[in-house]
Amino acid sequence: MEYTLFILLLPFLSFLLLGVWGKWLSHKVAGLIGTLSLAAVTVLSYMTAWTYFTADRVGGIYETLVPYNFEWLPMGSLHFDMGIMLDPISVMMLIVISTVSLMVHIYSFGYMHGERGFQRYYAFLSLFTMSMLGLVVATNIFQMYLFWELVGVSSYLLIGFYFTTPAAIAASKKAFIVTRFADMFFLVGILIYGYYCKSFGFDFDAAGFAEGSFMLPTALVLMFIGGAGKSAMFPLHIWLPDAMEGPTPVSALIHAATMVVAGVYQIARLFPLWIQYAPESLSIVVWVGAFTAFYAAAVACAQSDIKRVLAFSTISQIAFMMVALGVCMPGHEAVIDAHGSLGYMASMFHLFTHAMFKACLFLGAGCIIHAVHSNEMSAMGGLRKYMPITHITFLISCLAIAGIPFFSGFSSKDEIITACFNYSPVVGWWMTGVAAMTAFYMFRLYFGIFWGTENKELHAHHTPHEAPLTMTLPLIVLTVITVGVGVYTTLGGFLEWGGSFGSFVTANGEDYTIHFEKQVAITSTVMAILAIALATYIYKGEKQPVADRMYAAFPRLHRWAYKRFYMDEVYQFITHRIIFARVSKPIAWFDRHIVDGFFDFLAWGTHSLSYQIRNLQSGSVQQYALVFFLGILLVVFSVLFF
Amino acid sequence: MSNLLLLSIFVLIPLVMLLGLWAARTLNQVRGVMVAGSTALLIHAVYLTFAFLAAREGGNTDVMLFHDCVEWFPALHINYEVGVDGISVVMLLLSAVIVFTGTFASWKLQPLTKEYFLWFTLLSMGVFGFFITIDMFAMFMFYEIALIPMYLLIGVWGSGRKEYSAMKLTLMLMGGSAFLMMGIFGIFFGAGGNTMNILHIANHTGGATAIPLAQQCIWFPMAFVGFGVLGALFPFHTWSPDGHASAPTAVSMLHAGVLMKLGGYGCFRIAMYLLPDAAQELGWIFLILTGISVVYGAFSACVQTDLKYINAYSSVSHCGLVLFAILMLTKTSCTGAVLQMLSHGLMTALFFALIGMIYGRTHTRDIRELSGLMRIMPFLAVCYVIAGLANLGLPGLSGFVAEMTIFVGSFENTDTFHRVLTIAACTSIVITAVYILRLVGKILYGTCTNKHHLELTDATWDERFAVICLILAVAGLGMAPLWVSNVITDGVAPIVDHIQAAAHHVSTCNPFM
Repeated sequence: MEYTLFILLLPFLSFLLLGVWGKWLSHKVAGLIGTLSLAAVTVLSYMTAWTYFTADRVGGIYETLVPYNFEWLPMGSLHFDMGIMLDPISVMMLIVISTVSLMVHIYSFGYMHGERGFQRYYAFLSLFTMSMLGLVVATNIFQMYLFWELVGVSSYLLIGFYFTTPAAIAASKKAFIVTRFADMFFLVGILIYGYYCKSFGFDFDAAGFAEGSFMLPTALVLMFIGGAGKSAMFPLHIWLPDAMEGPTPVSALIHAATMVVAGVYQIARLFPLWIQYAPESLSIVVWVGAFTAFYAAAVACAQSDIKRVLAFSTISQIAFMMVALGVCMPGHEAVIDAHGSLGYMASMFHLFTHAMFKACLFLGAGCIIHAVHSNEMSAMGGLRKYMPITHITFLISCLAIAGIPFFSGFSSKDEIITACFNYSPVVGWWMTGVAAMTAFYMFRLYFGIFWGTENKELHAHHTPHEAPLTMTLPLIVLTVITVGVGVYTTLGGFLEWGGSFGSFVTANGEDYTIHFEKQVAITSTVMAILAIALATYIYKGEKQPVADRMYAAFPRLHRWAYKRFYMDEVYQFITHRIIFARVSKPIAWFDRHIVDGFFDFLAWGTHSLSYQIRNLQSGSVQQYALVFFLGILLVVFSVLFF
Repeated sequence: MSNLLLLSIFVLIPLVMLLGLWAARTLNQVRGVMVAGSTALLIHAVYLTFAFLAAREGGNTDVMLFHDCVEWFPALHINYEVGVDGISVVMLLLSAVIVFTGTFASWKLQPLTKEYFLWFTLLSMGVFGFFITIDMFAMFMFYEIALIPMYLLIGVWGSGRKEYSAMKLTLMLMGGSAFLMMGIFGIFFGAGGNTMNILHIANHTGGATAIPLAQQCIWFPMAFVGFGVLGALFPFHTWSPDGHASAPTAVSMLHAGVLMKLGGYGCFRIAMYLLPDAAQELGWIFLILTGISVVYGAFSACVQTDLKYINAYSSVSHCGLVLFAILMLTKTSCTGAVLQMLSHGLMTALFFALIGMIYGRTHTRDIRELSGLMRIMPFLAVCYVIAGLANLGLPGLSGFVAEMTIFVGSFENTDTFHRVLTIAACTSIVITAVYILRLVGKILYGTCTNKHHLELTDATWDERFAVICLILAVAGLGMAPLWVSNVITDGVAPIVDHIQAAAHHVSTCNPFM
């Protein structure tokens, strides 16, 4: 598996090439360099996956391979290694990242056509892809952190790609700082982990923790905060909606399919530790996830910017993955088996399917924005006849995210909800409800874009048109994956075929045959169909009397949801009013006036004292004689009396 | 090449350069001398590094390699005694890089170019001399040689309130020197008054005796504060914002890049190494002060409006981290401290170079008046972003390597006191991100609002050269830190072992433990 090195090396080289010499390359050449290197990476990733999953299992599980691992930086008794580790989840991630990234590279040819900074854009995409691939194949937690920071900075650079727009500058800054804040906890978690495990590695058998020690749960929860920042869990989610200021393909790649699931991946990576040492703390993951899923879904129902709707839907879907990881069945603590840790498989499965259909939705949104030159739903409506391919692919992806059978989202979401019901009926019903909300707001979006009232005034200037082939091809590919995976796994789930997703990725690596709980599957499907029907009833028509009446009935609720329950304002208050005005400013004042003032005072004191003493050297003989005489008197008296 | 010559070349080259500059008649001759001299220094520093590695490879396990001694003033036991370990080797390398790039960064400096370079060279002679000697008195002498030219360099070639800043900087550093001198004499006489050699005093050989704890506790604060002033120890850092703001580009580079490292190096090599008992006993006080430096400097930087002030406060924070790591007293953290010195030296030099270049064009450093520079001077702007990212600890650039080593090393201390401080220091990575991104967003991004700035040009070849050299160094250190780290650990290990040994017979008076 030595060739896996090139999976990281190729995008890095293309980043260097485009970053340094990009200016002298034409757009076409720059794009081709980026896309071809990514195509090579995709081929290598599929080869890796093929070789890896067709190899014989050892003891019923796939072996973990480490083709490379070398010491990068010694740290006393510890060492910071860099390497490549292949196990089911990292190989699965290689597939996801390279596929979506390749689609985005191809798509960007059309979307970014003629943009200034085209070469820079491709350079950053390469940098991001390299970092994300490095993150998933990390052999130790510190390497993961290193690439974690790199994906953060690539995300910063890409969100701020239009660096002359104030909104983009603010959004990129916000994204970086919020995730950095979370990363600080991640770092402290790593420090604790490294110290007590005597290693940063993922070799958990060697972990040096005593049972019952509270240090490891602390470390894991701190790392989870880091993951929650990247994966936009409440209350650290605020950066993600703003991150939509970046080019739309970037949102599809980074802020929907790959980087934002890094937090989920991190927990999955450390899952054996969570189960074994901190099963109680996993409930934190469940509650944070469950709340975020609901919150984001509620906000998504009220947004009017299509990218914002998709962003909140992403937050909600990632929360599904988080919840799934959190729900290990009671009684299965400290033992990882495929059945008790069903949520693990479900989470990874959902990560996979979500990446595909959400990337498709975002890329579709990009086509729409390209066509109408606006993000607002008010500028859209009735687009289905102008953009048939986008329409169909968007519809299929909406069906997938809504959880309709025979589309990929159904299988993975159903497994998640099954796992939730196994954990607790409350969580199960809660997540079923959120799934229904998902169906509702996605179809609100769908009808708002493709049906409803056409914005004749806007379309008079400029008739919307279907996007070029470079942009529609990725949509078609992603839709085919969504449908293919959906049909195969749905049939497989009902007929209990082997060879589905559970055969590749499970918590302990054993083969697991996905089968649906009939009750759960039927309930959630019925709920989803009802939600879609409701959305159709409200939003499909030219006029929307029900929606208007609802706005009129609950103006405040709508306003709060539209304003995202004022979370941004809370942050604004904390950062500007408290950190800047109450901490930084006083410190700077204290430094200039008190600390520095003290030294200036010393200088001033010396100066004025010297000025006073100067009078002694007056040059007047009488004064000298007087001082001389007084001095003699003083000496004589002191000799006489003491 | 004899050992004496091998190391003394670092002082001899600047001496020859001084003569050459004195004889130079035209601007090109001055530049020629500077380029030849600084290139020779750089080549020699690289050569020395390889010679050092080869000697270690060859099984030479002495603490100080290339050791040699010339009697200088026997009555006071002062010798010109040279020797290098892993720490000094990398510091010499750093100094050579900064002097080399600093020469190019002041390529177009006017007026009095010749005189400027004379002082500049004298300053670098002091710096090199400081790093090669292991005789306390000689070190002190070179230290003073490095400080004095700063006064003239800022006072004559500076900008803004240059007289005030030059005076303030010099007086504060001289105040520190006064403490330092007392500390050095205290150590000398405390150890029996027979030798100025650092190794002898530390190991009680060559006529040196152990310094009693009570005495150590007097001299340690003096020596530590004496060097600490230069290392921007809170609350003695206030010369730094004013001094840097007024200094010309290359002087800021040299000052923040190398001179501030003299502080950290001296604290480690003299204050802590020679007074290990007191370091164990009183270290916690300074640890708190440096912990404050780290966070306080970062917060102060958040609200500054002058580019150089931001960078100066950022230096307070980063240099605070150097002293912080030294006081954490584990091998890893001390290795991290030296890495941080290297990293901070390179990236601050880069930062100051870029600020100087931007200032040279726009004639303002006020971030409220600058915007949209990315479109106007893309090369400088991109490099500025890289410098900023290095500063906030982006992996792949040098800051990350140093900070992570420090944090991991500091965390090796198991008690709550050290751990709480470590976690507090970790917060600086967030605050750093805040001020760097605020700065970058304000001055580089957006659209240019000042129409005079629209006609400005991008970097010239000499500027590009200086900046690219520094970026390569920053990226090199960030991507392949293994060998540097090994060289440093090699030098750090005996010193830390020595100080840790004192922990067995000293109990700290720290009320927080």
